[in-house]
Amino acid sequence: MEQEPSHSAALSRRAMIGRTAALLTGTIAATSVLATLAPTRVWALELHTLSQHDGETILAFGQTLYPHKTLPTAVYALLVKDLDAAAAKDPATAALLQGGTTALDSAAAGSFVAADPGTRLAAAKSIESTPYFAKVRSTCITSLYDNQMAYAHFGYPGASWPLGGYIRHGFNDLAWLPNPPASASPPILGLL
Amino acid sequence: MAAISHSDGSAVVVIGSGAGGGTLANELTQKGIHVVLLEAGKRESTSTFIQDEWKSFGQLAWLDKRTTSGNWRVATDFPNLPAWTCKTVGGTTTHWAGASLRFQEHEFKAATTYGQIEGASLQDWPIDLAEMEPYYTRAEYKMGVTRTHENPGLPGNNNFKVLWNGARKIGYKRCSTGHMAINSRLRDHRSSCLQMGFCFQGCKSGAKWSTLYTEIPHAEATGRLDLRTEAHVLHIETNAAGKASAVVYVDAAGKTQRQKARVVAVAANSIETARLLLNSSSNTFPDGLANSSGQVGRNYMRHLTGSVYAIFEEPVHMFRGTTMAGIVQDEVEHNPNRGFAGGYEMETISLGLPFMAAFLNPGAWGSDFTSMMDGYTNMAGMWIVGEDMPSATNRVTLNTDVKDQFGLPVPNVHYDDHPNDLAMRAHAFAQGRKLYEAVGATKVVETPPYPSTHNLGTCRMSDDAKLGVVNRHGQTHDVPNLFISDGSQFTTSAAENPTLTIVTLAIRQADYIASAMSKQNV
Repeated sequence: MEQEPSHSAALSRRAMIGRTAALLTGTIAATSVLATLAPTRVWALELHTLSQHDGETILAFGQTLYPHKTLPTAVYALLVKDLDAAAAKDPATAALLQGGTTALDSAAAGSFVAADPGTRLAAAKSIESTPYFAKVRSTCITSLYDNQMAYAHFGYPGASWPLGGYIRHGFNDLAWLPNPPASASPPILGLL
Repeated sequence: MAAISHSDGSAVVVIGSGAGGGTLANELTQKGIHVVLLEAGKRESTSTFIQDEWKSFGQLAWLDKRTTSGNWRVATDFPNLPAWTCKTVGGTTTHWAGASLRFQEHEFKAATTYGQIEGASLQDWPIDLAEMEPYYTRAEYKMGVTRTHENPGLPGNNNFKVLWNGARKIGYKRCSTGHMAINSRLRDHRSSCLQMGFCFQGCKSGAKWSTLYTEIPHAEATGRLDLRTEAHVLHIETNAAGKASAVVYVDAAGKTQRQKARVVAVAANSIETARLLLNSSSNTFPDGLANSSGQVGRNYMRHLTGSVYAIFEEPVHMFRGTTMAGIVQDEVEHNPNRGFAGGYEMETISLGLPFMAAFLNPGAWGSDFTSMMDGYTNMAGMWIVGEDMPSATNRVTLNTDVKDQFGLPVPNVHYDDHPNDLAMRAHAFAQGRKLYEAVGATKVVETPPYPSTHNLGTCRMSDDAKLGVVNRHGQTHDVPNLFISDGSQFTTSAAENPTLTIVTLAIRQADYIASAMSKQNV
């Protein structure tokens, strides 16, 4: 069971860094395909503009918007990373994101991060027409689904050119339906 | 490559190096005619193509600012991206998937066949299939289209297996890996298909036909082509005699240049071609160059499109192999008993994980959406391409409130779905769902149209100068040495992917231009 950032570990890391940087941390579950691929199962994300609470709220909001039961928090942390970078570049974006934390906490009657999934979902729906919602949701599309960890999790290998294409790597290996006849699907001919 | 001086007005200046412009440039240079080919984009290659959806999009796509309006969903979901077309040498032939289908005979006579439809600006083409057939044959040979000229069909991938079995289950008879401009064997000094996928991102093996590595190098080999890249055309000038006389463009160094011309051929794809004419107004042409008909920009068509994606209990890995070598043609005929005019094709399609997230259901969130994404490896998909109705109010206009990087008004693309389009899409979605459920789909999503990859009709053909911008040769009625050479010429959209017809028209237009030049008619 992983998923929640570790506060005590964060505090000691913060002490080591020697300044009050906001830090998110987590672990990748042993059952995730990423566990065999990542160099370490522990991840940490240092925030430069957003606060710890903003970062944790955005991570939880991302999980509410795009819930994938076994997608590691390391991937949702990429959403936080990308929005932190956007906030660093533009004070208006920083203000938008900080305001969003307040809005979500208020909609969850206290703390969005501490709320149960049902409360989180209702809170998200209640701010659906706001610019903050639009900003975070649209960022999720690239942050969550356009990275190597997501590729590995969802079973998308990415580029095939290094393989020489799929012509000898299963492009037509589906066996749970009958093969079409040659008139519809002719055989492979010469290569290169 | 022979450099043609700016003050040399003896050459043909072609704007745009894609299916129309690239083909026209090659055909003309093969006939001994000198051509200046102005391409706004850079010159990429099979080596520089990137098998990464977002990175490739940034490399190849036309990303200049555009605006949208109308009730089409693209205006809500992608307000500044009406089209997915290209700014690169080779144009949209770098991105296309290779589907190469001839029009059906009746589709050249849509008005006569369908009758006048309320709210649609249907007209017959001034040409017919019989006249086009020899040129279609030449185009298919040029492009290496499978199942023509003894080119074998491509082998079907997993996505095709699902399509074929579903089609058979529901009684469809016309399903195969189709007519594709993708080498099924070594041909034309280009590789055979490696089934890589990433057809949309530029073919790294060169098996898929693109003017980038066929027409353009062939033209360069004649010594008569002067290709200028990063040459962004601003407007076309006419002289006191009412002839096109020069093309003004910004070069790679950001300097404004004026290239004189004997003939100008515009092939900038339908949004930019219309915009270029509208931005070339003068005293003689106050409403846009060659726009006495008022039809420049109007009758914009983008095909009836939509996709159906389905999840199964077993893996499909639809991303393995060609993006689109698979077709069902049973619904392509005109059969008004279905409740609409015109027909549609069902073609296999696949998106990678990043683009699936972006386009499966734009704006969607929550567990319905994520449950589809969770099933990505077990997903099959099809794209529907159907005839959409031309309408005078679906049009490209200049948005004078928004300026581009050169200070010129950007194009606004306005599109409202016609009731015929809505009826056809509903039918096609239902048939797609039926097809996939017949072979065990557990979940089906009906995906709305993407930013348009087929953009047509904004300088339509007509024999009548009051009803169309160009004549049966793509020659503008108003300016005899000004030609339109891309899909803007299309009078109606037909059910077929347009590239083969665009190439065919360009081959035919080259014959006409060469003949007209030798007779000193232009």
